[in-house]
Amino acid sequence: MKFSPGQKVKVKMGEPQGHVRTPTYVRGKEGWVERVHGEFRNPESLAYGGNGLPREPLYMVGFRQQDLWQARYAESPSDNLYIDLYEHWLEGVPNA
Amino acid sequence: MSHDHEHDHGHVHADHDVSQHDPEAAERNKVPFYGKRIYAIRDLLIKKGILSREDVQREIELMDSRSPANGARLVAKAWTDPGFKELLLRDPKAACAELGIDASGVTEVAVVENTEAVHNLVVCTLCSCYPRTILGRPPDWYKSFAYRSRAVVEPRTVMREFGTVLPDSVEVRVFDSSADVRYLVLPRRPDGTDGWTEEQLAALVTRDSLIGVTEAKTPEAAAVTAS
Repeated sequence: MKFSPGQKVKVKMGEPQGHVRTPTYVRGKEGWVERVHGEFRNPESLAYGGNGLPREPLYMVGFRQQDLWQARYAESPSDNLYIDLYEHWLEGVPNA
Repeated sequence: MSHDHEHDHGHVHADHDVSQHDPEAAERNKVPFYGKRIYAIRDLLIKKGILSREDVQREIELMDSRSPANGARLVAKAWTDPGFKELLLRDPKAACAELGIDASGVTEVAVVENTEAVHNLVVCTLCSCYPRTILGRPPDWYKSFAYRSRAVVEPRTVMREFGTVLPDSVEVRVFDSSADVRYLVLPRRPDGTDGWTEEQLAALVTRDSLIGVTEAKTPEAAAVTAS
């Protein structure tokens, strides 16, 4: 398990083909690990008849809505969004 | 209509009535492309012996036996029993088991609590992930492109269309259920319900309040619906 709650993370960029569970709107964005869900089989392999192994840590990652959408987010600046992301999509960010 | 019942003649029965010998065929012909594709995939799985017709029927019956009433029971008990609420937030599957709700299955469940300061809203932008093992099938609007694309970028506007207006001081948290975890909202207990029984309280908990697009019904609103 690479990350722990409270740690800052950045979602990797990239346009891989296939059954990817990381929506494009969070790619390249910075957030924080809110919760560690445990380890799960990798859907990017499972969807094509693979065994999804090794299991991968899955994290609930939080983002400030304004960091996701910038000016396009016209609602309250205190709003947040949480999404579950597999470890291979995340990289560490030094805590400021 | 004359039609010999030789079935390996390799053409599609589009222009004549096959419902005589296949009770589902009439229904099947009415559905759009993706529905027809589902029927075709099912038939193939049965033909290849991967699933039986009984397996499919059993799964449909199991899914139909689940409903938002399960969620309402969980919430009503959590409102009246602090120990159960703690369990529901920490281990939702165990809380379900305590009420005889079978939430087993491969997906995990997480319950997120609405408070005076926080309101939660659930969406699945990629498809239609939903706590089906507890609530059954999601409503059609939950699967619509409009809800899936708008709930993440203008959640308050979407909620307003459901009649839910939240002050800016309340933080809105959107949960995009994208992976192995399904989310269920624990709405706030409405004012004016002191001393209510679990059964009375459960009647205030709607499917939409478990998704987060609305709050639980107030006693006044429930009285209007009942009359």
